Amino acid sequence: MWDYTDKVLDHFRNPRNVGTIPDADGVGQVGSMACGDALKLAFKLGPDKRIRDVKFQTFGCASAIASSSALTEIVKGMTLEEAEKVTNQDIANYLGGLPEQKMHCSVMGREALEAAIANYRTGKAVNRVLEGKVVCTCFGVTQEEIERVIRDNDLSTVEQVTNYCKAGGGCGHCKPDIEHIIADVRAAMAATARPAAPVRRKLTIVERVRMIQETLDREIRPALQKDGGDVELIDVAGNKVIVSLRGMCARCQVAQFTLKDVVQAKLREFVEPDIVVEEARQ
Amino acid sequence: MKNVYIDNNATTQVAPEVLDAMMPFFRDYWGNPSSMHYFGGQVKQYIEHAREQVAALLHADPSEIVFTSCGTESDNAAIRGAAEVEGATRTIVTTRVEHPAVLGPCRKLQENGCQVTELRVDESGNLKMDDFELALKQCPAFFSIMWANNETGVVFPIRDLAARVKEAGGTFHTDAVQSVGKVPVDVSLDPVDLLSLSGHKLHAPKGIGALYIRKGTKLKTFMIGGHQENGRRGGTENTPYIIGLGKACELAVRNMQEEMTRVAGLRDRIERELIARCSDVQVNGDRTHRLPNTTNISFKFIEGEAILYHLSDVGVAASSGSACTSGSLEPSHVIRAMGVPFTSAHGSIRFSLSRYNTDADIDHVLAHMPGIVKKLRALSPFA
Repeated sequence: MWDYTDKVLDHFRNPRNVGTIPDADGVGQVGSMACGDALKLAFKLGPDKRIRDVKFQTFGCASAIASSSALTEIVKGMTLEEAEKVTNQDIANYLGGLPEQKMHCSVMGREALEAAIANYRTGKAVNRVLEGKVVCTCFGVTQEEIERVIRDNDLSTVEQVTNYCKAGGGCGHCKPDIEHIIADVRAAMAATARPAAPVRRKLTIVERVRMIQETLDREIRPALQKDGGDVELIDVAGNKVIVSLRGMCARCQVAQFTLKDVVQAKLREFVEPDIVVEEARQ
Repeated sequence: MKNVYIDNNATTQVAPEVLDAMMPFFRDYWGNPSSMHYFGGQVKQYIEHAREQVAALLHADPSEIVFTSCGTESDNAAIRGAAEVEGATRTIVTTRVEHPAVLGPCRKLQENGCQVTELRVDESGNLKMDDFELALKQCPAFFSIMWANNETGVVFPIRDLAARVKEAGGTFHTDAVQSVGKVPVDVSLDPVDLLSLSGHKLHAPKGIGALYIRKGTKLKTFMIGGHQENGRRGGTENTPYIIGLGKACELAVRNMQEEMTRVAGLRDRIERELIARCSDVQVNGDRTHRLPNTTNISFKFIEGEAILYHLSDVGVAASSGSACTSGSLEPSHVIRAMGVPFTSAHGSIRFSLSRYNTDADIDHVLAHMPGIVKKLRALSPFA
């Protein structure tokens, strides 16, 4: 069985706001039976221009139903401007997290919301339109959509992209294309001045260790390895990160520089701003 | 809460008689059967008795039975072992609906230069005989065709297929993991060269399987080591589990008739009642050429994982060919190979029964299933 949170199971077993709204102001539908999940979302605005009523119908697995239910609870009472800012991560967070392979359920929620708002604004029935180049023909996912999930969720592997928007999950022929898109988006993300890190809640120890390891693997080790060096994570104690320099790095004259200005700087940038890196005693 | 286990094609309950038969071999007779002392040596006769029990179920000679660790090992030993024989054919014929334990090794051999043909099935899950006839022309080839499908229960006409392959000079392996113990398998009449079976599908524990190797069939040893199993499979004998498999096969001989009558009756009832009580359902797979314990039903407009979670909440254990249950994004390869439209494929549920199921079990499933379908359809934008 999947490792669903109690909140996911609660929203699956007791979905909130199920149904349709006959005189809805906006309706959006994404997905299809063939794809394995689909969501139809309808909302009605109140006199204060806030979402007064919102209803959904979902075809899909437990987490698709829970994500839809969570979305309706999140956006109820919001203005459309506020609702537009809801991300798939907000939906996942509301549920206490989703298994990585199920993140596409939260993305479906965000897409349905966008479609419903677009329907309200344009007055046109907005199904999920395939604008731009279709990269994954199995699931009909466009380049734009792939770029969006990479940016919104800070993705770095093809497998993650598949988990978040299904692209690459069918025949797999588009995987090299997705790899290129990841490289391009990440390069663009690195080039533009990084916006202030979103205000995050305090990381749990498991999250912190995982993010530190991921940052080391993704941002730091490849550069060190080019010069014949490497770095290994030894321990994490509070904001203190203990590492050991390996290979050429271990003998390097500027090891302390590497430690503070490369390793620590990157970890502060990607994980938490108060991280202090120390070298393990031999 | 009442618990109803109807996922027996995934694994089965260990029969109490099997467990009882195994226990002394953990507690008292734990010697190594290869040892040159009485304590170890006495174990050998029990292993040979278990070999006779397995052989009896298949109507084979005990010398043709090799114990393995599971069905997957048996499949690998047969397919890769045959391919490694000097001068072996480089042509392999299998089907699109095989278990990964067969498809995996075949595709691996394809990477290594073998020519692999995967026969198609029709919308009922029956083999496309045109494909088979064409493949026969490639003989001498190595054929690996499953006896019965794990997801739909559809049974292939192995006796005829194997006879045709032998006539054409080919070698024939069958993955009979799902059929041994459920339907008669008789190698004195079914001319297969190699046959895989697995203990935990017939009320023995997980971790034991067997490979039937017809006398005279050339096979390279897959598990290389000591001289155990007449040099055909190295590794100290897993005595308690071998004893367990032997006992399970003995019980299967006794219970076969019940599987084919009473269990089939329960299966037919669940199928009939669900069709009557839920609209927009379809049975996947040929209903005549089928295992007596299996039914695979698609519930349109809803998705399999959601059904399974609701079933689980009321104590019912079943499985699904839906994409979501596997962690992949596409429905099962079997359902797809049959050309079941994706609109039905995602809502397919497999109920697989055993002789431990009762009428009360079926009552329980029928009491809940229509409500679950209704509840999920009320949620669905398509219903």
